Amino acid sequence: MAQTTLTNEQRLALYYWMLFTRSFDETMVAMWKQGRGLGGTFSQRGHEAISVGAAYALKPEDVIAPMHRDLGAYLLRGMTAERIFGNLLGRSGGVSAGRDANLHGMGDLGLQIIGFISHLPHSMAVSLGAAMSFVYRSEARVALTFTGDGASSAGLFHETLNMAAVWNAPWVVIVENNLYAYSTPLEQQMKVPAIAERAASYGMAGVTVDGNDVEAVYAVTSAAVEQARCGGGPTLIEARTMRMLGHAIHDGAEYVPRSLLESWEKRDPVMTYRARLLEAGVSDEAVLSEIAERVAAEVADAVARAEADILPDPATVEAGVYAEG
Amino acid sequence: MGTGSNFGFADGEQTGDSTRELTYIAAISEALREEMRRDPNVLLMGEDIAGDFGGAFKVTKGFEAEFGARRVINTPLAELGFVGAATGMALMGLRPVVEMQFADFISSAFDSIVQFAATAHYRWKGAVPWVIRAPSDGGIRSGPFHSQNPEAWFVHTPGLKVVAPSTPADAKGLLLAAIRDDNPVIYFESKPLYRSLKGHVPSGAEALPLGEASVVRPGRDLSMVTYGAMLHQALAAARRLADEGIDSEVLDLRTLKPLDRPAILATARKTGKVLVVHAANRLAGVGAEVAALVAEEAFEWLDAPVQRLGGLDVPVPFSPPLEDAYRPNAEKIYVAARRLALY
Repeated sequence: MAQTTLTNEQRLALYYWMLFTRSFDETMVAMWKQGRGLGGTFSQRGHEAISVGAAYALKPEDVIAPMHRDLGAYLLRGMTAERIFGNLLGRSGGVSAGRDANLHGMGDLGLQIIGFISHLPHSMAVSLGAAMSFVYRSEARVALTFTGDGASSAGLFHETLNMAAVWNAPWVVIVENNLYAYSTPLEQQMKVPAIAERAASYGMAGVTVDGNDVEAVYAVTSAAVEQARCGGGPTLIEARTMRMLGHAIHDGAEYVPRSLLESWEKRDPVMTYRARLLEAGVSDEAVLSEIAERVAAEVADAVARAEADILPDPATVEAGVYAEG
Repeated sequence: MGTGSNFGFADGEQTGDSTRELTYIAAISEALREEMRRDPNVLLMGEDIAGDFGGAFKVTKGFEAEFGARRVINTPLAELGFVGAATGMALMGLRPVVEMQFADFISSAFDSIVQFAATAHYRWKGAVPWVIRAPSDGGIRSGPFHSQNPEAWFVHTPGLKVVAPSTPADAKGLLLAAIRDDNPVIYFESKPLYRSLKGHVPSGAEALPLGEASVVRPGRDLSMVTYGAMLHQALAAARRLADEGIDSEVLDLRTLKPLDRPAILATARKTGKVLVVHAANRLAGVGAEVAALVAEEAFEWLDAPVQRLGGLDVPVPFSPPLEDAYRPNAEKIYVAARRLALY
């Protein structure tokens, strides 16, 4: 089983990044409800333990291809909250300089991040190619990507799993199963009880993990990543969670039974981890409150800087379609 | 990564005489082989390309023996997936050349091409230096799914480049340029020219510039604007017209995106009469863009309406009389050009 010997310092780091993700998300949702947003956006609520726990398992040289509920992964890889808010607000200093919306278009090869497109399973195939470039160059690096239960019905999901297995690629995919693809519940999407079971049909490892337990996500991802790094082949990790708000900011998700949300609220990944750190004596109220204050100030500062940034110059609309050379 | 090493293989300089001739398909193989010797970042992917088999058309026969399985990768039959994987390799700085077994199958990879690869640089500066080789075109009795010319889809897509060589020399020089370009390039190679056309091919690894059309035959009376296999049909028609005293200029576009607008406008302004010819179906094809460009920017020079010849708006049919009715050829070009000249 996976490495679970996290130091207290590492545990506090996991908490810090989850809380940062939560604080960013709550600020973002409030801004959009106040009319301070631009276009649509996607809440991260419920997914914090997956993006943070998984990204924490990587080395800096590894490549990551996150999706729209993986804000924590972008932050952990070193993308600043200011650049991300800038992207959300269509600002010149945003990651895509106003080219792409919300969390889309946030690739940055300097940070080893591959940006996603709305057609989610493409990140699987593209990150598999990144993994194969490591094989090509005999580099001990791994590519990690994320997708959703909805994307698992697309043909490309299956094409990529098959190729990854055939090529024994240093590649890991995390399927964030949050029980709904927009408004469509799991039972209308698939017959199998667990998406991880599908891995076996391609000859690759598949494992299911509690997506609300950051240490479990970290442990399972670490094991899969190190197996991949050592030539042991790819792994599909199904991380189970619940999307606690709508598909996007406009969506009230009235189609989700309230009782289901209430039961998942008790398993909130940030709050349960906070309680666990206190219970285990890893930290105390004073330290955790100090972290919360620091995070709130950092998020507020990022928002202020992004809002003050200029919008892109329309004269640049045709710039960058092609790479020079 | 070092470049310039030839991995111990002699290059072609000692055979670099001006009479050196290759078939169109051999020129493609030679470009791939020379570029793989020159640049260790170049690799090949596709269905059935590896081993002794060397691909449906044998373009990569012997490549695995020379370059190894690491650089000549047989893929499962999953165009959407392996083009996506090529995009990931390209983002990491490799230069994959993907063989689409037939251009007709490229629609299976459409999302990977037009949604991901074509937009990555505009959205987040992710350069995608791959090439998709797409064996296209018909006239060889191959039916609806082995005869298509789908170039217009990709010309319509921002972020791609589209190449369509018509001669062995261009096939080599433009493929070298496509591989060295830092953007996704769709390279439409013409199946009917593969073994039917031989021509002079320089032995060196000189790339030709993308985006430059070529006046293959200068003339005064009208302009034929074309590319791919139709160039040779147009030249045959032009020779016949010359016997009747009609002097045709023939412009080979060579690159369809970016289009060489100055060259198109120059020939339109020179002769005042333009006939656009391509094998792809005419409706909303590349010829429509050429005609619109001439109408917008060379109207005052025109002595006749711009004419277009292309395939009919039907799937490419199989049986010879039907396919011949579908496609332009030298006879149809001759008739249309003659009518235009006499306008």
